[in-house]
This record gives sequence, C-alpha cells and structure tokens, in this order.
Amino acid sequence: MLAAIRPDDQSFALLLHLVGATVVFGALLASATSLLLARGDTRLLRLGYFSLLLVGLPGLILLRVAGQWLYQLQSWDKLPPQIGEPTWLSIGFIVADWGGILFLLALALGGAGVYRLRSGKEGTMLLKTTMVISLVLIVAYVVAVWAMTGKPS
Amino acid sequence: MTFEDWIFSIHLLFAATLVGSLVMSWIVVVSMRTADTPAATLNLHRIAMVATGATITGLVGAITFGIWLAILRIEFHPWDGWVIAAIVLWSIATTALLRSFVEYAKPAEKARALVASGQIGSSTELTALNRTSTGLLLRILASASIVLIVVDMIWKPGA
Repeated sequence: MLAAIRPDDQSFALLLHLVGATVVFGALLASATSLLLARGDTRLLRLGYFSLLLVGLPGLILLRVAGQWLYQLQSWDKLPPQIGEPTWLSIGFIVADWGGILFLLALALGGAGVYRLRSGKEGTMLLKTTMVISLVLIVAYVVAVWAMTGKPS
Repeated sequence: MTFEDWIFSIHLLFAATLVGSLVMSWIVVVSMRTADTPAATLNLHRIAMVATGATITGLVGAITFGIWLAILRIEFHPWDGWVIAAIVLWSIATTALLRSFVEYAKPAEKARALVASGQIGSSTELTALNRTSTGLLLRILASASIVLIVVDMIWKPGA
C-alpha cells in the first residue's frame, strides 16, 4: 500500500537504495560461496575477497547514501523526540550500520588473508573468517528485507 | 503484519534473491573470461551452479508471489498495464537466462572431457567457450529486463 502511494520524487532514491542493497547482497552470496567451495584454491579465495571489495563495498556505500537520502525525503528526521522511529526502520539502520562495520571487518581480515597468500604464507583461516562474516551478513540482509517490506509494528 | 504484508514481503525476498543471484552470476561470468584450464573452469562452474539455483528460485518465487499479490490487493489487478509489462519482461528474462545456462554449461562439459583425456593444461578451445559471446549477450538481455522490471515495479506507470 505504501509503495502504491509513494510520492514520485522518492522513486529515484528508492531505486538507488534497492540497487545498492541487491548489489551488496549478490556480492555477499558470491563471496561466501567462493570461499566455502574454494577447498584451498587460491583463485577462488581471491575471487571471494575481491567480490566483496570491488562489488560489495560500492554497493554498500550506495545502499547507505541512498537510504539516508530516502530517510530525509520521507521526513523521518523531523519526527518529534517523543515519537520513536518504527521498528522496521531501526532494523534497517542496525543492519546497514552495524552490518557495515562487520563488512569492513570482513574486508580487513580477508585483505590480510589475501596478502598472506600472495607472500606464500597461510591465509586461509583469515579468509574463512571473512566467509563466516559474509554468511552472518546474508542472514542479516534477509531479515532487513523482511522488516523493511513487511514493516512490522 | 497482515497476510497481504507477508505475501508482499516474501515476493520481495524472492525478488532480492533473483537480483542478488544475478549480480553473483555476473561476478562468475567476468571471472570465467580469464579461466583457461579445466580445473579453473570446473571450480568456477561449482559457484555458477549455486548462482543458477538461486536465480531459478528467485524467478519462480517472484512471479508466483507477485501474481498472488496482484490478485489479493484491491488497488491492483493482474491485467493492469504495468503488471502485464512486468510479466512480459519476466518471460524475456527467464527465456534469456535459461538459454544462457545452456551456453555456460558447455565449458564445464568441455573441461570434464579434457580432464578425462588427461589434458589438464590451458586450452584455447576452453578459453573460447568460457568467453562465449552468445552467453554474454543473453545475460545482458536478461539483466536489462530485470532492471526494467525493478523500474516498472517502483514507478508503476499507468497505476
């Protein structure tokens, strides 16, 4: 219903937000799958990391910036202090912001893993940690999509 | 949340799976262009299979719950212009994707044949199959159709 009555000036911001969200979701799927199925193959381990860095990170930035734009267009920043934000919006912020920190942690650990692999050292454990964080983020994004579309409460 | 909200939410979860898996398959397609050995091709094919499974799940789920939603909601109808446009675009995307799956299965078959004959080094024929222009064009067509579906869903022209 909300989608049906959304003012048209918000549609472009929503499109950018959705593009960012699906790009980061796809990069997380690619990264987690590559790292899960790598079985020590350096090419797949690198693919898993660079999917996050070159595809996921730009997607995450687009998701967050367009989300903030949409937040202002819908005047959520002008709510009186006694009225709290709806739960679905809080879930979105938690996933985008705390998930963003986790994402950066996954990038840092994965980067160290790739660097160690390049210099002939063991880096698989660091990349496995990146994979676990990616899987956690995939679940978090599914919850965020459910919350932001179903709008519970 | 009402029953209708749940259907809408599930519809969008399948849509997110579809677009996300398409992004994933693009990562694999780009990576395949530099794969020249049977081992590299087969490793990437394993990831492509996961993306294919997610894409098919997304395609089936998005259309099923999308049509259900168009029937449930009193303000929309399955025969509305923008809904019909989305169904036509979905059909184009599905056809193009199914044909591209066939194209991208060819390098895996070739890689298996090479491994069976004991050839594990780089192969120009395998590289050419990994760089299939037909498969690439079909993916571009499918991706463009899906982007247009998203635009159609947001702007709902004529609604």
